[in-house]
Amino acid sequence: MAVKNLIDGVREAMHEEMARDGRVVLLGEDVGVRGGVFRASEGLVGEFGEERVIDAPLGESGIVGVAIGMALNGLRPIAEIQFADFIHPAFNQIVSEAAKIRYRSNNDFHVPMVIRAPFGGGVHGALYHSQSVEAFFMHVPGLKIVVPSTPADAKGLLKSAVRDEDPVMFFEHKRTYRLVRGEIPDGDYTVPIGKARTVREGKDLTIFAYGLMAVFAEQAAGELEKEGISAEVIDLRTLLPLDRDAILSSIGKTHRGLVVYEANRTMGPGAEVAALIAEEALYELDAPVRRLTGPDVPAMPFNTVQEEHFMPSPEKIAHAARELLAS
Amino acid sequence: MARTKARAAAAPALTAEAIRKAYRDMLLTRTIDERQWVLNRAGKAPFVIPCRGHEAAQVGWGSALRPTDFFLPYYRDLGVVVACGYTARQAMLSLFGKAEDLTSGGRQMPGHYGWRERHIITGSSPVGTQVLHAVGIAYASRLRGEDAVAATALGEGTTSQGDFHEALNWASIFKLPVLFIVENNEYAISVPQHKEMAVQDVSERALGYGMAGVTVDGNDFFACYEATFQAAERGRRGEGPTLLEFKTYRTVPHSSDDDDRAYRTREEVEEWKQKDPITRMQAHVLAEGILTKEEDEALWREVRAEVDEAIAYAEQAPYPKVEDLHRHVYGE
Repeated sequence: MAVKNLIDGVREAMHEEMARDGRVVLLGEDVGVRGGVFRASEGLVGEFGEERVIDAPLGESGIVGVAIGMALNGLRPIAEIQFADFIHPAFNQIVSEAAKIRYRSNNDFHVPMVIRAPFGGGVHGALYHSQSVEAFFMHVPGLKIVVPSTPADAKGLLKSAVRDEDPVMFFEHKRTYRLVRGEIPDGDYTVPIGKARTVREGKDLTIFAYGLMAVFAEQAAGELEKEGISAEVIDLRTLLPLDRDAILSSIGKTHRGLVVYEANRTMGPGAEVAALIAEEALYELDAPVRRLTGPDVPAMPFNTVQEEHFMPSPEKIAHAARELLAS
Repeated sequence: MARTKARAAAAPALTAEAIRKAYRDMLLTRTIDERQWVLNRAGKAPFVIPCRGHEAAQVGWGSALRPTDFFLPYYRDLGVVVACGYTARQAMLSLFGKAEDLTSGGRQMPGHYGWRERHIITGSSPVGTQVLHAVGIAYASRLRGEDAVAATALGEGTTSQGDFHEALNWASIFKLPVLFIVENNEYAISVPQHKEMAVQDVSERALGYGMAGVTVDGNDFFACYEATFQAAERGRRGEGPTLLEFKTYRTVPHSSDDDDRAYRTREEVEEWKQKDPITRMQAHVLAEGILTKEEDEALWREVRAEVDEAIAYAEQAPYPKVEDLHRHVYGE
């Protein structure tokens, strides 16, 4: 086992899946000789050729629409959207087509495909390189939505996504790419879609998060421990379908829940977690569920002070946890 | 009328049997269409999307390809799927939303075809999405070294969609065997062609993508068949995609919920009815002795009986089970 970056997990997963299965192809903007703007596909075109590592013309609807056609005809495409902020032109192809093809054809057709997109802020990406778009797609049955927060999960979850028989949206928090390091097991392994991960156990409250926020939540829990507060951290990992059992059993244990997400607050991904707890575990609660989120402004500003104000941080998470325990 | 003189071997002459089948397919398409309209007006079917007037174009391209090719029709393409073996019974099961509807188990509106076994790819209602799917399908076939062609159809209104542009660009860059077939009926529901585009012929746009563009008389079965066959052969030889334009006319409203009197004159519609593709095909088969007058009359009776039987069957067929609403969201 070697210690690597999260983006190494993404690259290794694609590399191994393309080597294992000739049906796997990668298409997207700059994924060829440039290896992707984040280097996620570095070296792949040299090994697998331009026919399987495809520099697509610059248009997101085209990338996803062509990938759907490939999946309808026996391939297992990985479509890379350069930034999640640019996925909106492909919304129709994802929502009207990929998500509905199995259902509308009464199981005659299905589209095994992955749509990868870097998301999230804290990198001076401003309004159009910082967005968290996952909530739009959580409203769409037929899709699966996955967000890794460790290098090992990035690799194992992406392998599962490539092998899945349904369309999987795979959101990678761009700040985690080189910030988060960890061991990646050697050899072929998968991490199941639909299962949350208990990052650390605790008994006073549970912090639910995913992506960079799961990393920050773990840091916050470390600080809280010094104050004698025992915080459980659950990395949701899959947003659709949510791991209901993991959420409810943790609430059954700690009786307090803090949901953290970087997306806009209203109708954000954590709203569904809060609603689930309210519906299924209200009488387990010792205090109302709290959310720590990005604010309801259109997007993240470029300047440092407003960007920092927008982003949840380990300090803000720890502060929210203390408030929750005091309530 | 051909705009681009794209060189390709002529299609082999159609046998009398093939012409008879095409004529029958056109007739069956027309009869299904007319009866569906009547069922809608009788309050028995909530929605109908007609194809009347398009039969030569649709049966023309649908019968010019091989079973190993891929068909991505749009919602008006009943004639295409009939040419691929879709039956009156299937059409009526879909019309009534019955469980046995093979395209969707009664989930989709009529006209949203899909049939994996026959390489007819499932379609939706937002226009133009399938045009990109055709590109990906052709890419996959070529990657495996197969010579299959992907053919997709759309109305001229759909050429305003971004997906249309992206698909033509993709297909031409990668020289993929894709046929983009525009059934130009002059109207995007109510909006006439001169308000949809600033060119006379959709096929003019092919030049901007670096591909062949061909315009033919869409009410002439043989012209549509020949143009499709040649474009497919060019695609199989690695010469890239073709933008085909079949100029035709829908002689009835856009759908059962539309009223075309608001946007076109009765004289214009009548003029096009005089160019009816089925009357034209009928004249051909009689003049060429492919059918006698008596055989032709028998064929019309046979087709009508087939559609009558289909309606009777579909009306009594069961609806889907309510609980199946939840099935096939994901693989089971």
